[in-house]
Amino acid sequence: MTKPHNSSDQPSKAPAEKALSKQAELVQKSLAKRYAAEKRFKFFGVASIGFGITALLVLFIEIFGGGLGGFRQTQIQLTVTLDQDALEIYDATNADQIMAGDYTRVIRNGLKERFPDVKGRKDKRDLYGIISIGSTFDLRDQLKANPELLGQTLTLWMLADDDVDTYYKSLSGTPYAERMTEKEQAWVQSFIDKGEIKKVFNTRFFTDGDSSEPEMAGIRGAVIGSLFTLLVTLLLSFPVGVAAAIYLEEYAPKNRLTDFVEVNINNLAAVPSIIFGLLGLAIFINMFDMPRSIPLVGGMVLTLMTLPTIIISSRAAIKAVPPSIREAALGIGASKMQMILHHVLPLAMPGMLTGTIIGMAQALGETAPLLMIGMVAFIMDVPGAVTDPATVMPVQIFLWSDSPERAFVEKTSAAIMVLLVFLMVMNALAVLLRKKLERRW
Amino acid sequence: MKKPLLKKMLTAAACVAGIALAPQALANRDHIMVVGSSTVFPFSKVVAERFGRKTNFKAPKIEPTGTGGGFKEFCKGVGVSYPDISNASRRIKQSEFDDCQKNGVKDIVEVLIGYDGIVLANSIKAKPISLELKDVFLGLAKLVPNPDGTETLVENPYKTWKDVNPTLPATKIEVLGPPPTSGTRDAFVELAMEGGCKTFSWIKAIKKQDKKKFKALCHGIREDGAYVEAGENDNLIVRKLSENPRALGIFGFSFLDQNADKVHAAKIAGFEPTFESISDGDYVVSRPLYFYVKKEHAKVIPGIKEFLAEFTHDRAWGDEGYLTEKGLIPLSEEERKTVGSNVKNLAPLSL
Repeated sequence: MTKPHNSSDQPSKAPAEKALSKQAELVQKSLAKRYAAEKRFKFFGVASIGFGITALLVLFIEIFGGGLGGFRQTQIQLTVTLDQDALEIYDATNADQIMAGDYTRVIRNGLKERFPDVKGRKDKRDLYGIISIGSTFDLRDQLKANPELLGQTLTLWMLADDDVDTYYKSLSGTPYAERMTEKEQAWVQSFIDKGEIKKVFNTRFFTDGDSSEPEMAGIRGAVIGSLFTLLVTLLLSFPVGVAAAIYLEEYAPKNRLTDFVEVNINNLAAVPSIIFGLLGLAIFINMFDMPRSIPLVGGMVLTLMTLPTIIISSRAAIKAVPPSIREAALGIGASKMQMILHHVLPLAMPGMLTGTIIGMAQALGETAPLLMIGMVAFIMDVPGAVTDPATVMPVQIFLWSDSPERAFVEKTSAAIMVLLVFLMVMNALAVLLRKKLERRW
Repeated sequence: MKKPLLKKMLTAAACVAGIALAPQALANRDHIMVVGSSTVFPFSKVVAERFGRKTNFKAPKIEPTGTGGGFKEFCKGVGVSYPDISNASRRIKQSEFDDCQKNGVKDIVEVLIGYDGIVLANSIKAKPISLELKDVFLGLAKLVPNPDGTETLVENPYKTWKDVNPTLPATKIEVLGPPPTSGTRDAFVELAMEGGCKTFSWIKAIKKQDKKKFKALCHGIREDGAYVEAGENDNLIVRKLSENPRALGIFGFSFLDQNADKVHAAKIAGFEPTFESISDGDYVVSRPLYFYVKKEHAKVIPGIKEFLAEFTHDRAWGDEGYLTEKGLIPLSEEERKTVGSNVKNLAPLSL
């Protein structure tokens, strides 16, 4: 670097050279500082990303570590006799008799036979408690489906109670035995010794609605509720949002009124979601007398919330379509409507869809406005229509996290995982759509 | 590109129209609608579930709105869009009852279902402590009687439990509890704080002269950081306690029951909170739990009578019923008999 400055055989250039070298010296001096600054600058960027990733990792480890157990279920093998007298069912094709049967007694008899030494009221009660109440309903459904089973002796895998479930799962680490008496632990040990207890994949978690018993609780009701709510939101907010964006971009004159509308849309996008919940409560429920806790109202409230997002992103997408395309369309004789529908809209669609999906993902994770319209509730039945009472996934997570039963902790984490998967799929869809449909000029 | 887009828009419009018409189909409700206390919520939930699975009726929908919020909804009127049942972690207030009457909700059936204990607990890493009601009051009140013995009030000067009562450990006073919107907080303040407050005879005397002043005095909780409002989520309080062994937490008995490996309860007035001590009344910080039913609705909405029958059956609320497994402290045999017959006849409440 210093070589050119050393060429002193041209004295006429010497003063300039000198000045230059002085400058170069200055540069030289500050160079180290500038490199250091550059390094620091880069480091801040890396550190920020590192911080983000660490936070994400901690979240994932926390949730996945705690929640994987939620996808496993403990079952106990038991031999039961579907005795007519015990069940008080004499005709297994009679629906009323099947409904009213005393399945609890059958299971209790089975447990008594398995542990004939258990005497005393309290011990017996504890013993009966190791099989979940859900098993009685399973037994009923089985008998209903196969009436010929009446009177037979069956060996079945039955759902274990949540305390047994938690205890059995914790045996690989530090056992959680606070809610298990020594006798109960001994019974579990006896099942283990005979290979009559196992962990299976928890299909119930995906096929059932909410339950007050952790071992029977499922996410299905909330997933369906979320889907219904999102469907309503999508059907309402997408057409309205796109229409508003088209009008504002293509037709609206530039005046004070449209400026005012624009400012307000941007403001609405920043309004806390709970406000929309209050609005929904006041308008849909109190004024129009619509029922509480239904996905229809939930979807309408979330529409109010996502509309600004969709309008803003749709306008940006329309703006990004080059004017030359519009002019070309108009030039060959298209009407304005034809120009918009045939040319602008298809080209702007990827951007609009991306914005919509991101708005939907936001709506999927929303809890606060739904709180106001009563979608925070215990609903056991899986909803079958947008007018059936329902909850949504984030609300279900909230409700489970608030439950006293220990076994709900892992269910909560498991539900969070399901929600995360949903969000990832939606965001991946947005990226995919953009990649697939996007055109470059 | 034109056709599919237009088609899409048309289908969307048709769907929207279909959705908008749907509410008409809701004129008849086929499920029971329950609102109210989040303390009664877990118990209501279990009964609702068993009822829903055992019968052909749909399982009731239960919304934890809090006791006050529940009555507000409940008393709005009679008709399918209003709740049938309201859960409560205290008795209905005169003002709420009047509100109900005013809106045409004339006949209300009161059902006392059992008791709930409120516990003061700390992490098992710390030593369990034993408190008198007076200690609780002095430790947590905003204004306390002057320590010099005169009948005046001063801002709470106590920093550690030892300052409050020399027999207690010298740990800093730090209590995690629910915010004022919570029924648990109401009950705690009424039972524990007021109980401790009354031990000062000159404060007790104020009650006769000026009820409001007495209430403000005994129910005021200090705001200098010793009492930390930890939200309505009792699980969160339990978790915070296990991270901070010096702190005490206030929450419902059922959470203590489920988290015995993390926290243990303080003795209050000499008694540990257990099923027996709460139902005998020895453990004083306990409250009754209720639910209220609209008699008019019992005739119209399918399943209400059957739901009531399930709730007041011995297999549910009895000494060994499934509700006790969830932490409900059962009524005595006699109480159950009286309440049970009231429910059977749908005898309306009069205040």
